[in-house]
Amino acid sequence: MPKIGEDLTSYLRQNMMPTVWCPGCGHGNIFRAITESFRQLELDPSRIAVLGGIGCSGRTPFYFNTNAMHTTHGRVLAFATGLKLANPGLTVVVTMGDGDALAIGAGHFVHAARRNIDLTAILYNNSIYGMTGGQEAPSTPLAFRSTTSPFGSIEPAFDTVELALAAGATYVARTTTFDFADMPRYIAEAIAHPGFSVVEILSQCPTYFGRLNRLGEAPELLDYERTHTFLREDAPLLTKEEMVGKLPLGVFRNEIRPEYTKEYAKLCEAQGGNYSV
Amino acid sequence: MRLVQGNEAAVMGALAGGCNFYAGYPITPATEIMEQMSRILPSRGAVFIQMEDELAALGAVIGAAWGGMRAMTATSGPGFSLMQEHIGYAAMTQTPCVVIDSQRVGPSTGQPTMPAQGDVMQARWGSHGDRAAIVLTASSVKDVFDVTRLAFEWAQDYRLPVIVLLDAVLSHMRENVELPPVPDPIARKPVAVREDQPAFGSHPFIPFSGSTRTIVSGLSHDERGMTRGAIGQDAEQIIRNQLAEVDRDYKRIVQFRRYRLDDATWAIVAYGITARAARAAVNSLRESGLRVGLLELVTLWPFPEQTIHELAASVQGILMPELNLGQMIWPLKASVAGLAPVSSMGRADGELFRPEEIVQTINRLDHRNAAISSVIGGGKHHA
Repeated sequence: MPKIGEDLTSYLRQNMMPTVWCPGCGHGNIFRAITESFRQLELDPSRIAVLGGIGCSGRTPFYFNTNAMHTTHGRVLAFATGLKLANPGLTVVVTMGDGDALAIGAGHFVHAARRNIDLTAILYNNSIYGMTGGQEAPSTPLAFRSTTSPFGSIEPAFDTVELALAAGATYVARTTTFDFADMPRYIAEAIAHPGFSVVEILSQCPTYFGRLNRLGEAPELLDYERTHTFLREDAPLLTKEEMVGKLPLGVFRNEIRPEYTKEYAKLCEAQGGNYSV
Repeated sequence: MRLVQGNEAAVMGALAGGCNFYAGYPITPATEIMEQMSRILPSRGAVFIQMEDELAALGAVIGAAWGGMRAMTATSGPGFSLMQEHIGYAAMTQTPCVVIDSQRVGPSTGQPTMPAQGDVMQARWGSHGDRAAIVLTASSVKDVFDVTRLAFEWAQDYRLPVIVLLDAVLSHMRENVELPPVPDPIARKPVAVREDQPAFGSHPFIPFSGSTRTIVSGLSHDERGMTRGAIGQDAEQIIRNQLAEVDRDYKRIVQFRRYRLDDATWAIVAYGITARAARAAVNSLRESGLRVGLLELVTLWPFPEQTIHELAASVQGILMPELNLGQMIWPLKASVAGLAPVSSMGRADGELFRPEEIVQTINRLDHRNAAISSVIGGGKHHA
């Protein structure tokens, strides 16, 4: 692990800082982890494009000194698909929130996964709509409160990992902001992976999720992440009761399948066209 | 010379305009554009992708434009409604792209295979907020080729989403036309720029490259794309700049055809497929001795206010037939500004106007005018 500030500044657009994120928000940690992963992979900032949707997570592109797009709510993977096809040499990293990826943009999420196009989707999951002030999300756990589920949610939450696996993503991992050391590793693996990769990161929202559910501030929420998750490889050591209400963490899929831009290049070649950038 | 379908002419016009990226979603009556693109683009090393819906189609087009491609999509009413958010995004981010909307009867699913001109206001005002707009129409297969090619040129020049409005009949009809050979695919040369080159405002469109560090955002931003510290005024300024640029080139952009108007006492103002019936009506009315002319609008937006105003001063009445229940009649009335009576003929049942319906309407208006003239004495009525 590099020391804070070590050689990361070439990736940062410092005149856009400080960030919009609230004190105690986990999104800054994810941002830091993405930056770490760029450094680990020794990526040239001029060959990276960071795209975001709308919401707290969607602001991430502003803080990278790369080409960047802050797009529309839920549709970021569509923009990323066009950009990647137009310029397959770019490393395209997509930051999206749980509302972005699982509600308004769920259709785009499953189709980007189905195509297995070489994009990296970092899903910041804080279980709530933060930017608009704490409304229920498709990731809000059953019975939890938000400003639009004041009596507790009666809808089951999406399991991002199951969804991504079913839709065909070829790299799927989940971790939490508590497990800081794992984040850059997973993100770096996801970026290096030639296909559609998803890293879901459970993040804390003390301002809304914590307050509305009386779960405390950031330290308590980080502890909540710790006590409500388990490492996937530890599953054989745990009883069924010990796993109830907890999410598994780790890498759920890491396999190579035909990637969309490569398949498209083959199609062009077969038709006598030269698709290469 | 060969028989070409309207939708095929759109494809040829797009290729002539340098199109090398198509993203779309199937919808009647625009689907042939997509089908042909899927056959042609791979052999040119260009990109074709079928997206999961129309929002995704235009999103991919905008992403591709920033990736350095000349990108388009085509759709019809229901898809065009879905695209409005991204048309606004393209305007706010000054992203060149082309959207073809082959209009069908609405609202909602309406009559998918029948022609309409009901999207003319949506094409101008459909997305929230203000924006500059260039909207083109066509009344023949050759026109479809020409305006689609032009749309690509102007999308780059003005950094706007340029909209081409066709309709179900124009999309599907075939005419004998002579089209130029399809040009070779354009070579993509990344433009080197200084890192501090402003990316927005009155600056040329520079797609992402190794020498750019552009932030593209639909939030209010300044010329450098900075949203921090940007205020509403910055966004307003960007839109005002766009409007001013389009306004500055008004003569270039606002295209129309004057047909037998020079000595006309009655004018028909029509656009798109309706202009064909109007032209036939003019000929038939002329044969019966009534001096009628046609102003065919090729550019719908910006609206040719000046031209209409001048025309209104020279005629005793204007008729606008359109395949909706009266939409372009409103900017027409505003432009006429009371200088001449204006009548609207509208239908939204999926049928085209027949020339004789327009002839009958003009005759009726003319007789009524004659009756009024004989009562009040004088007027501009012919003998």
